[in-house]
Amino acid sequence: MPAGQPNGLENTPGSGGSGEVVLRAVNVSKTYGVTRALKGVNFEVRRGEVTVLFGENGAGKSTLMKILSGVEQPTAGHLELDGEVIELMSTTDAVARGISIIHQELNLNPNLKVRDNIFLGREIMSIRGIDFAEQSRITRQMMQRLEEPISPDTYVQDLRVGQQQIVEIARALSTDARILIMDEPTSALSTTEVHVLFKIIRELKRQNVAIVYISHHLEEAIEIADRAVVFRDGELVAKEDAGDINLPWVVRTMVGREADYDFREEPRHYGDVVLSIQDVSVYDPVSEKFPVEHVSLDVREGEIVCLYGLMGAGRTELMETLAGRDKVAGGRIMLDGTDIAGTNVSERIERGMGLVPEDRQRDGLIKLQSVGKNLSLAGLSWWVRNGLLQRVAETLRVREQITDIGIKTAGPDAPITSLSGGNAQKVVIGKILLTDPRVLLLDEPTRGVDVGAKGEIFSLIFKQARQGLAVLFVTSDVGEALTASHRIVVMSRGHLVTEFDPRRATREEVMAAAEDSAPPLLSTDAPRAQVTNGADA
Amino acid sequence: MTTTAETDVAATPKRFNINFGALIMEGRALVALLVIIAIFALMNDNYLSSGNLATIAKDVAFNAIIALGMLLVILKGGIDLSVGSTVGLTGAVAGNLFQGVSLPLTDAVMYPSLWVIVVLAVGVGMLVGWVNGILISRLNLAPFIVTLGMLYVGRGLTQVLLGGTNITNELRGQEGLNNEGLFTIFASSPLGVPISAWVMVALAVVFSILLTRTPFGRWLYATGSNERAAELSGVPVKRVKTRVYIFTGMCAGMVGILQIANIRSATADLGSLYELNAIAAVVIGGAALSGGRGTVRGTIIGAFVIGFLTNGLVIVGVSPFWQTVITGAVIILAVAMDQIQQIIQRRRADARAVAQVRRESQQQEDEEAAEEPLKSEGQKVH
Repeated sequence: MPAGQPNGLENTPGSGGSGEVVLRAVNVSKTYGVTRALKGVNFEVRRGEVTVLFGENGAGKSTLMKILSGVEQPTAGHLELDGEVIELMSTTDAVARGISIIHQELNLNPNLKVRDNIFLGREIMSIRGIDFAEQSRITRQMMQRLEEPISPDTYVQDLRVGQQQIVEIARALSTDARILIMDEPTSALSTTEVHVLFKIIRELKRQNVAIVYISHHLEEAIEIADRAVVFRDGELVAKEDAGDINLPWVVRTMVGREADYDFREEPRHYGDVVLSIQDVSVYDPVSEKFPVEHVSLDVREGEIVCLYGLMGAGRTELMETLAGRDKVAGGRIMLDGTDIAGTNVSERIERGMGLVPEDRQRDGLIKLQSVGKNLSLAGLSWWVRNGLLQRVAETLRVREQITDIGIKTAGPDAPITSLSGGNAQKVVIGKILLTDPRVLLLDEPTRGVDVGAKGEIFSLIFKQARQGLAVLFVTSDVGEALTASHRIVVMSRGHLVTEFDPRRATREEVMAAAEDSAPPLLSTDAPRAQVTNGADA
Repeated sequence: MTTTAETDVAATPKRFNINFGALIMEGRALVALLVIIAIFALMNDNYLSSGNLATIAKDVAFNAIIALGMLLVILKGGIDLSVGSTVGLTGAVAGNLFQGVSLPLTDAVMYPSLWVIVVLAVGVGMLVGWVNGILISRLNLAPFIVTLGMLYVGRGLTQVLLGGTNITNELRGQEGLNNEGLFTIFASSPLGVPISAWVMVALAVVFSILLTRTPFGRWLYATGSNERAAELSGVPVKRVKTRVYIFTGMCAGMVGILQIANIRSATADLGSLYELNAIAAVVIGGAALSGGRGTVRGTIIGAFVIGFLTNGLVIVGVSPFWQTVITGAVIILAVAMDQIQQIIQRRRADARAVAQVRRESQQQEDEEAAEEPLKSEGQKVH
């Protein structure tokens, strides 16, 4: 723990009313295999106050929320509710004790009415079955309390996302929640809806509900916070009262000690344009929106371009479209001068462009297979003779790769699940590198990776770039955008808004460009963020 | 799946554990098999007679051939319920071809030669599989539903083709029509072993190679374990998915031919419930229904367990009703053991993690205590 941590948070028991600690996590640790997601965290939630959790992806926020809401149990340590040690074996357990969570993805059944959603699993029964009248009455009451006139008989699918969010809150409150955990509640909301939500949160505070709030929109979160805690690498590194915090402090504390890598002064030798994204738009049939609109960008041989933006800015959609998983709604993707918009993932890998996905567990690793088989999967065609795999050659190359990119493992036969986050990520990167790519796409390459391994991953990427590889990587970490790229391109609300030279840009400038949440003028006529092929010095 | 390339890997303790674990898992089915054989051999002298062993071998082979196809589908994380019907359908197709095909617009009747019949019948099986595969991979339909539907379609078509009667005499073929030899070839016993057992062995070898030595095998395991990751690694996921159903169809077609030769008749209920025996064999052999885990060796052992068990129950005179109960119980037991073992392994891993964390926090606390002996607010570890 860093020095200088405020120590005025010791609870004064029996003070009663607002500010009293209701829920406390004591020395809580959580381990997944070899990954240490939480390391001895002490955390308090106070009645009638909003406690905001800051931290980068993989810092441990969600893990703690899962523990507080009974989804997961701590590996070590325990929880105290009103000073009493409790064990939450399930979410039902947590709800019974007055702890409710509202997830980032709404957990409502769109085909049911508002009323039925709110009472799902806790139906009010009378002799003649479910007492719908009573349920409707209570629902109406809740909606009055939340000052949102939603009829109990409306089907959830007919509500706007913001209204659905309010139904979620109503459901949580209807369980007599005393502690309400909100995980990214505003990610799908419009500015007006955020204001409504904040009004509701203030109202809930008056009613002495304790609120735990997580958001990637830092300024919003600062606005609503009474207390702030910052997580980094599984540890709670700072606690402050809201009065004492501001954006630079939050960012500084989130990123923590400056990374021990800095590639700003790396020599820059660019070749020809390898990847040229021309006016690309992506359509999402589920939300019926365009998460990516009219994006144009060139990446040259040996160049590392960083795509910086907040979650939901369309970064992942753009990357998955480039990789060939999602279809292009408009525009061209030129790889070495050929339009590859119509090809699929495997054809693009063959042509020399592969993606290291954002969610390593879900999209990157074959968990039932060994390190070696994970590494060789994308490049298998190299070792095929007469239809059969030349496994000796394959194993040799895989071993070479393990040494080359510094994967710490017992060997090619070790199960992939035995690796730490950083080493597993190196396997996913190494897998694509074994296909001999011209362009490497990386989506949040350091997510859930400890600081030391971050530097190693970037050295690996810069080494490849020196040999002519073109790299486009996505990050929501300004620090790494500034220290580990040749050029920063900022994405916001589906558009590329501006670009920076990392040698001259400041942290604040870059963040401000991405935070700019002003909606584009008219979506059809939106100012096309034509990012120039900024000639570097 | 140890290979020459992999055995020279420095034997780290970790690796040893893994192979050991896998060994136990497959070994469990093998132990069960030996126990079954020992029990029945003690109860009845005829159990291990060469005549009975030949009977068992034939039954095991039919099930094992289907199960090998089923293994591929299950490795992908799918299921194929239509294989039994496909066996019946290919048998009926072959029977009809032996009867001769009236060419439209002429009075001519065409009698395909034996090998043409065999190829066409197996081809029909593959066609059924292809239809399953296309529906599942391209339209994203649930394998359970698609193949359940195909189970009905296949059985219905079999009945249509047979028109209520069995085809028996024509299977013998006629001199001059070049379609003789079904029985002499497909019901023969080279070196005293039924031909179906030879086919089983050959297929087992081919499928082993397919799974361990070809890109397709790797793709299949990868797709079954994590389809999204496989796709992003350039695996042609849809093609893999379609192909596994073609393989099950092919296996079913081969059993269709072998069975009509074996019972000397193409009947409407040929192959009924084969799909369930095949699934049972794969599962007893240690494969995970969720995909990505399973081996040819395990599947063959699984088929032997079922074969020896069923036959033993018959031979010691257990009532047919109880036979079914016992077979079902063994299947559930096999899966339950698998699950229990995994739970135990997970618990152990968790316990290790807890111990590790405790050790570290204890250590940290000691250090802190050493640094600041007067610091009083350090919280106690529980």
